[in-house]
Amino acid sequence: MNQSRNQTSAASPRRHTAGLFDIRTIIGALLVVYGVILALMGLFADPETDKTGGVNANLWTGVVLLVAGLLFVGWARLRPVVVPTDTGGAETGSAPPSNH
Amino acid sequence: MPTPAVAPLATDTLIDASAVDYLIVAIYFAFVLGIGVMARRQVSESIDFFLSGRSLPAWVTGLAFVSANLGAVEIMGMSATGAEIGMPTVHYFWIGAIPAMLFLGVVMMPFYYGSKVRSVPEFMFRRFGTGAHLVNSISFAVAQLLIAGINLFLLGTVIQALLGWPLLVALLVAAGVVLSYITLGGLSAAIYNEVLQFFVIVAALLPLTLLGLDRVGGWGGLQEKITDAAADNPDTAPAAAQLNSWPGNALSGFDSDLLSVVGIVFGLGFVLSFGYWTTNFVEVQRAMASNSISSARKTPIIGAFPKMFVPFITILPGMIAAVLVAEIAQKKAGETVEGGAGGTVQYNDSLLYLMRDLLPNGLLGMAIAGLLAAFMAGMAANISAFNTVFSYDLWERYVVRDRPDGYYLAVGRLATVAATLIAIGTAYLATNFSNIMDYLQTLFGFFNAPLFATFILGMFWKRMTPTAGWVGLVAGTASAVTVAFLTEDAFGSWSTGLIPVGGQGAAFLAAATAFVVDIVLSVVVSLVTAPKPAAELKGLVWSETPREDLVDPDEASYPWYRRTLPLAGVALAMVVVLNVAF
Repeated sequence: MNQSRNQTSAASPRRHTAGLFDIRTIIGALLVVYGVILALMGLFADPETDKTGGVNANLWTGVVLLVAGLLFVGWARLRPVVVPTDTGGAETGSAPPSNH
Repeated sequence: MPTPAVAPLATDTLIDASAVDYLIVAIYFAFVLGIGVMARRQVSESIDFFLSGRSLPAWVTGLAFVSANLGAVEIMGMSATGAEIGMPTVHYFWIGAIPAMLFLGVVMMPFYYGSKVRSVPEFMFRRFGTGAHLVNSISFAVAQLLIAGINLFLLGTVIQALLGWPLLVALLVAAGVVLSYITLGGLSAAIYNEVLQFFVIVAALLPLTLLGLDRVGGWGGLQEKITDAAADNPDTAPAAAQLNSWPGNALSGFDSDLLSVVGIVFGLGFVLSFGYWTTNFVEVQRAMASNSISSARKTPIIGAFPKMFVPFITILPGMIAAVLVAEIAQKKAGETVEGGAGGTVQYNDSLLYLMRDLLPNGLLGMAIAGLLAAFMAGMAANISAFNTVFSYDLWERYVVRDRPDGYYLAVGRLATVAATLIAIGTAYLATNFSNIMDYLQTLFGFFNAPLFATFILGMFWKRMTPTAGWVGLVAGTASAVTVAFLTEDAFGSWSTGLIPVGGQGAAFLAAATAFVVDIVLSVVVSLVTAPKPAAELKGLVWSETPREDLVDPDEASYPWYRRTLPLAGVALAMVVVLNVAF
């Protein structure tokens, strides 16, 4: 556990941020994954236009999700959450390893 | 012999999911369990497990605040009610939820956050002492178990629709999944998941609504089709009543327009909603996890913004389902249709049928993931609130005192397991109701309406005595239960029908009765018993609390969009506009 934490810290210069545990990173990652899957479905699978009324719903939703997901990841990267060391709460990426 | 056991099972499923759909659902669960594992590393002391160490920013707790409530109530209940009666359902949001959420943020939250209580019953203890505390803790714990049962029931119906498993098996599997993720990570994981599922559910319901609107020919087409359907079936509410939110007779069940408006504003808007939002610790607990009093106050106010627009992706699909889905249209025309989650088609099934008819594989999987996530989050919220109240308010105070923190943490985990098992039982109670909103509102009337009466009186009237505290609660709940028995259907088949009110009007009536009985008895009892000394009421009663204790000193330096009152004003203005527009 400590090892993986240290690797994370070493890889990123922002040691005092929430890092991967930032909710925005998690939301962004999930939306990107879903966006890619849906867009691929829209491109390569049957769009089932009899159900959707002619719209390629998978493709459109996939693209929107992909963009939204990237925006979340970008937001988290540009404005990282800095966690005060003393709270030791849910978002901490900065608490001393001895706490864990 | 080509698999005779599997073939009929597959045709029994309501939804025909493909491998991609299962993949999407599996990815969601991988994320959820991953959060649980990550959150677990952070959990050290009991305060972390229960209140997330008070370290979350306001926008996270604000979304969690709405998501904790975006479970069964919003998605299945609102679409079911939308399919049944149409636009008046929006009162649950624009008259019900929003004003109460703003009131919670502006007026109530400083008391909760400032007094550092861990639960609403704990607040009752400090204000009124043992009697009121015990009554409230027990009734709260019971209510959470019953509501967790509703969530579990709906979760089970989705699994059943998807896989065709028997309800009991579906319930057991669902309970197992919810249990594993609560025990893995506590409240932090629950809150993170709630925020995550909010995005998934919106991403699934928004395309569903847009596709549905497209298929019926836009809002104009929907109005036309509802008008035609209502003309064909005089037993349903007339088209005008289904397409306009006021006066909402179909919602309240009253014949008179004036009574209907009064019933909605006082019964739903004031007693039920204020009672629900301001005293429901499932919601309040989210705000308590934020990092400052300013964030705590902003939590319900930030939550009010997405909440305002939730009707467009829940009620609207329900209305669309009532004209687009053959089974729901037949049900609305008064026929009994085979199928659905429980053998015959119910309004509760509206959304599942609409998904079946409109969504291609892929989007379908995301919608299923969103529904599963929402019900799981709803149930997890009930269970974690139960667990807090059980371990601190009941076990620590009345059964085993003065043990180390780890002991109560262990009790909390055991309580979680027990609550999940009990919820499997209470899930069967929910099967008695064709529209689970009726059941839910009835429960809120029993538990939240008297609590709100006691709370508000105790907060603003320092003369109110400890005896009045518990007497009011007991009498309020008892009177609501009595009224529910006397109406046509507030208790499902157990009601006697002596009072000729049915539908949700019956729940409003029970709640209003509870509120009035509670207030009257509390005042009478207070006048003949001894009040607490004023010195003990600091931080608990409005007049005894210094104003500077109720605000965040830093808040004045924030820009307007980060301050409590301007945000609340904007939300209020928006909801007034919505009320006028529809």
